Amino acid sequence: MWKDLPLHPEQASTLAQPVDLLYLFLVAVSAFFALLISVLIVVFTAKYRKDRPNATSAHIEGSTLLEIVWTGIPLGLTMIMFGWGAVLFFQQARPPANALEFTVTGKQWMWKAQHPTGQREINDLHIPIGVPCRLTMTSEDVIHSYFIPAFRTKQDVVPGRYSQMWFEANKLGTYDLFCAEYCGTKHSQMIGKVTVLSQKDYEVWLAGGGSSETPAQAGERLFSALRCITCHNNTAGARGPDLAGKFGTEALLTSGAKVMIDAEYVRESILNPAAKTVNGFQVGLMPTYQGQVKEDDILALIAYLKTFGAAKAAASPATGNAAK
Amino acid sequence: MSSTVLSPSAKASPSSPEGERKTFLNADYGWKSWLFTVDHKRIAVLYLISIMVFFLIGGTFALLMRAELLTAKGDLFEAETYNKLFTMHGVVMIFFFLVPSIPAVLGNFLVPIMVGTKDLAFPKINLLSWYIYIVGGAATLFVAITGGIDTGWTFYAPYSSTYANTNVAGTAVAVFITGFSSILTGLNFIVTIHKMRAPGMTWFRMPLFLWAQYATSLIMVLGTPVLAITIVLLGLERVFHIGIFDPALGGDPVLFQHLFWFYSHPAVYIMILPGMGVISEIIACFSKKRMFGYHFIAFSSLAIAIFGFVVWGHHMFVSGQSAYASFVFSFLTMLVAIPSAVKVFNWTATLYKGQVSLETPMLYALGFIGLFTIGGLTGVFLAVMGLDRHVHDTYFVVAHFHYVMVGGMVMAFMGGMHFWWSKMFGRKYPEWIAQFSSVVVFVGFNFTFFPQFLLGYMGMPRRYHQYNAEFEVLNVLSSAGASILGTGFLMTICYFIWSLKWGQVAERNPWGAKGLEWERAPSPPPTFNFEDGERIVVTEDAYAYTHEEPHGGSLQEARK
Ligand SMILES: [Cu+2]
Ligand SMILES: [Cu+2]
Repeated sequence: MWKDLPLHPEQASTLAQPVDLLYLFLVAVSAFFALLISVLIVVFTAKYRKDRPNATSAHIEGSTLLEIVWTGIPLGLTMIMFGWGAVLFFQQARPPANALEFTVTGKQWMWKAQHPTGQREINDLHIPIGVPCRLTMTSEDVIHSYFIPAFRTKQDVVPGRYSQMWFEANKLGTYDLFCAEYCGTKHSQMIGKVTVLSQKDYEVWLAGGGSSETPAQAGERLFSALRCITCHNNTAGARGPDLAGKFGTEALLTSGAKVMIDAEYVRESILNPAAKTVNGFQVGLMPTYQGQVKEDDILALIAYLKTFGAAKAAASPATGNAAK
Repeated sequence: MSSTVLSPSAKASPSSPEGERKTFLNADYGWKSWLFTVDHKRIAVLYLISIMVFFLIGGTFALLMRAELLTAKGDLFEAETYNKLFTMHGVVMIFFFLVPSIPAVLGNFLVPIMVGTKDLAFPKINLLSWYIYIVGGAATLFVAITGGIDTGWTFYAPYSSTYANTNVAGTAVAVFITGFSSILTGLNFIVTIHKMRAPGMTWFRMPLFLWAQYATSLIMVLGTPVLAITIVLLGLERVFHIGIFDPALGGDPVLFQHLFWFYSHPAVYIMILPGMGVISEIIACFSKKRMFGYHFIAFSSLAIAIFGFVVWGHHMFVSGQSAYASFVFSFLTMLVAIPSAVKVFNWTATLYKGQVSLETPMLYALGFIGLFTIGGLTGVFLAVMGLDRHVHDTYFVVAHFHYVMVGGMVMAFMGGMHFWWSKMFGRKYPEWIAQFSSVVVFVGFNFTFFPQFLLGYMGMPRRYHQYNAEFEVLNVLSSAGASILGTGFLMTICYFIWSLKWGQVAERNPWGAKGLEWERAPSPPPTFNFEDGERIVVTEDAYAYTHEEPHGGSLQEARK
C-alpha cells in the first residue's frame, strides 16, 4: 500500500538525496507550525467558548515580547532554509570540471541530444553511471525546461542563449524526462527517458549508436565549409582574429571593454558579429551567419573552438569522477 | 444625474428596521438607477454580480480540467482544448475574480462606511472602474467564445508573442483594459482613506480591514501600470514583430519574465492582503475581543506591500537568471514571509481569553488561518533555491498557489460575504446550512489540492494534458475533491440568493460587532450610509469589545 503511493521519485543522482533531506527539513518545520497553529485554534476555541459560564473577554492589547519571539523564530528558521538551499543551489549550478559534455536542443515538441562522441538521440538520453554529465542546452523556438525528477534537477532551455545543467547518476535504471515549461499544444508529450548505464554498457551503447563524427570534428568541417578559416587564421594581415587557443580566454574589444570568449560570445559573434568586435579588427567586416547556421552547427563550432589549438589539454574526454 | 434621486429626505423613521425605511437598495428602482449609480454600495453590488459570473465561468473551466485529469490519458479533450481551458481558468480567475473580489465588492461597500463618510472620494470614477472592468471582461468572454487562448495566464514569450496561434492579442487587450479598473479602485481607496476619515478616526483607530485595503491599493496603483506596459510590449511584438522578447527578432525572453513578475508577484498580495483584512475583522468580532497586536498587523500589511515589490525573481531561479540574483531574491522572499507569519500568530493569539463562537464567518476565518498557514509555508519551499530546482513548474506550485488563493483569498471572501451579508442586503442567510457548506468547502478544498503537493514532489509537471500512469491515484483524489468543492460553492450561492427574499430580516448589528458599519449604519444602509443628519465622530479604538481594566489580563501592555 505504502509502495503504491510513493512520496518522492527515485533517488538516482548524487544530488537527489541532499534535495530530499532539505525537503524533509522543511516538511518537518511546516508540519510543526501547522500543527501548532491548529492545536492552538482548537484549544482556544474550546476553552474560551462564548457559551461558557461567566464568559468575558480579557482586555489584551498585545505583547511586544511575543511579537519579537514570533518574528525572530520564523526569521531564524527561514534563514537556515535560505542558506541551506543556496549552498545546494550553487552545487546544482556548478558542474565539475571533468564532466562529460553533452548538448541538448529543445524544439516543439522533442528533445535532441548529442553525446561528446557525436552520437545523437531524440527524446532519450543514455548516460554512464558515476560520471558527471554536463548539458549545454538551447532551444530552436520557445522556452522549454529539461526536468529529470529522479535527479531532482531542471533547467529552462531558452532560445537565443545557452543554459547549463549537470548531474551525476548513481543508480542504474530508466527515468522520466519531462518538459516542465509550458511550450504549446503537445507540451505534455515532450517527454522522454534518461537511461543510466554502467560504464561498460555505455560504451557498448555508444558503439551501436552509429559512427558519426564528434561535435568537434563536425565543427572543424564547418569551420572550413562556412569559410570561417579564410579570415580567422594566423597569417599576417588576416581579416579576423586567429581563434586557435582563444576559447576560455579574454579578448579586448574595440570598445575598450574585455569579454570572456565563451559559448555565448562565440554564438553572438556568429549571429551578430558587429556587436562585440575584437580590438584591431574592422567592425562590420564579418557578415552575419543568421539563417545560414542551425543551432546544432553553432554548438559544433563551439565544440571545435574549445579544442582548436588546445590539443595538448584535450587528450581525451574526462571519464573519471573527481567531482567534489 | 443620479444625484437628484439620491437626495430624498428620509421620510421613514430611522429606528424601524423594516417597512418603508429608505435604503440604498430601495432608494430607486429601474435598471438606470443601477447602471448610472454613483453610490459605492450599489457599485459594490454590481461588482458582486459580475465577479460571481466570472467565478462560475472560471470554476467551470476548472471542473472541465479536473474531468480531463481524472485519467492519465488525454482522452476527454484535445491537447489544445485542455491548454485553452487552463489558460482561460487562470486569466478569468486571476484578473476577473481574485484581483477585484474583496476590494471591489467588500472594499467598495465598506471603505466609506468604515471611515465614516458618505461615499468614496471619486464616486463617478468608481462607476467608471466598473465599466472598464465590464469592457475588459466582455473582451475576455469574446476571446473565450471565439476560440480562446492557450498561452497559460503567464503569457511567457516567445510562445505568446510569436508561436501561439490563438487570440493572444485579444486577451492582451482585455487584461490591459481591466488593469485600469483596479488602478482606479486603488486610487479611490487611497484618497478616501487619506482625506475622508470622520473626525476622531485616526490612522490607528482604523479597522484593520482599512489598513489592508490601503496596502492593497498601493500595490494596485504602483504595480498594475507595469503589467500594462508589459502587455503593450507583448502586443507590439506580436502584431508588429518589433523585437522585444523573441530572440529571433533580437529580443530577450527572460526580460518578459522580469516584467511580468514585477507585477504578478505583488499581484499575489493584491489578491491576499484584502483577505487578511477581512479575517482580522471576523476574528475580532467572533472572539469579542480587541485584536491582539493591532499595530503589528497593520504594519505587517504595509511591510508585505513594500517587500512584495522586490521578490519577483523567485519565479526565475531556473530561467537562466544569474545565480547571484537568485540568491538575493531568495533572501528577500524569506523576509516577506515573516509579516504573514506575524499575522497568523496575532490572529491565533486574539482567540486567547476571548468569547469564541463558531458562526459561519468564523468557520471560514479559522479555515483561512489553517489553509493560509500551509499555503504560506509551502511558498517558502519554493523560495528555497535548492528545492525550487526540483519543484518549480510542478504541481507543487499549483497546490501552493491554490492554498493561498482559494484556501486563503476565497475562504476570506466567503467569510466576509457571510459576515457582511445582512449588512449589505438586510436579510440573514440560513446559519446551519451555511455552517454545513463551509465544512463541505473545507473538506472539498483539501481533497482537491493536498494531493497536488504530493504530485508535485513526485515530479508531475503542471499544465500537462496527459500524464504518467503512476500519478493517476492522486489525480483521481484531486478531481473527486474538486466536485465536492464545487458542490459547496453552489450550495452557498443558492442559499445566498434564497435569503434575499426569504431570509430572516436582519437587525442593525446581528453579530454584536464593533465598527461604524455595525453600530452606526442600518442594515442595509441608506444611500448616504448613516441616518440623515447623523454626524460621525469616532471616540474609541477599533474593536473596543473590551476596555482597559485593572484585572484585564496578564499580557496587558501599556500602549498609548
Ligand atoms: Cu517543451
Ligand atoms: Cu512570487
